[in-house]
Amino acid sequence: MISCEKAALICSKTQYREAGLWEQFQLRMHLFICKTCTEFSRRNAKLTELCSKASVKTLTREEKYDLKIRLKKEGDTKS
Amino acid sequence: MDSEDKKTKLNPESWVDRYADYLFNYTISRVGSEEAAKDILQDTFVAALQASGRFKGDAAERTWLVAILKHKIIDYYRKSNTLKAKSEVPLAYDYTSDGELPERQIADPLSIGENDQIENVELGMAIEECLSQIPEKHAQVFSLKTIENWNTEDICKELNISPSNLWVMVHRARTALMDCLNTQWFKNP
Repeated sequence: MISCEKAALICSKTQYREAGLWEQFQLRMHLFICKTCTEFSRRNAKLTELCSKASVKTLTREEKYDLKIRLKKEGDTKS
Repeated sequence: MDSEDKKTKLNPESWVDRYADYLFNYTISRVGSEEAAKDILQDTFVAALQASGRFKGDAAERTWLVAILKHKIIDYYRKSNTLKAKSEVPLAYDYTSDGELPERQIADPLSIGENDQIENVELGMAIEECLSQIPEKHAQVFSLKTIENWNTEDICKELNISPSNLWVMVHRARTALMDCLNTQWFKNP
């Protein structure tokens, strides 16, 4: 039987549908007997739902890079 | 670096990685335009850098940046008012839906979409807020994977980490987020 830590890690992996078949099986067996991990699993799934409906905008890597360059220039002229 | 080794220290090199997304979303939720938000964000960082000598170290770095950002947002509204001589407050709202102004749509009892929209912006802010409190690398990996939907292989290549390493970081970030996000979000509908 796998540990709770291992189960929780696999659980996070399943949120992206990237756990292997064996891992999924191990997790399911674990959830069968572990209340704590079942609750964790529920909250983890809820987090996935929240992340997908949240409107979070991110700057692209290029934009961040440009910003950094801009700041660096500013910092250099200042000192 | 300057001799600010008491209290909070400023770390301008890490600003973009640590706070840019948080401040960006904060700004969008107040000015409603991504393009404007980008400009304001840049102005804010530059202003912060110029004012960094006056930072006393009493506040957290991010709080201090937000304070500067607020001024820049006010400046933005002042400027846009003098330019266009009008003073509507643009909501973060999708006008493309049917071209109707949001204040007209609110009167429609059948449309409950506006609250969802506001709630999702709030949720996004809450997530960004939590992400800015966890280790930078964990937050970065989590965002790439969850928000920008990169695939595992690309992230590993980009950041030069192993898949198992990636999963540990994603998992840590998720666990931290579950603790950090207000329990109201986890209530069952």
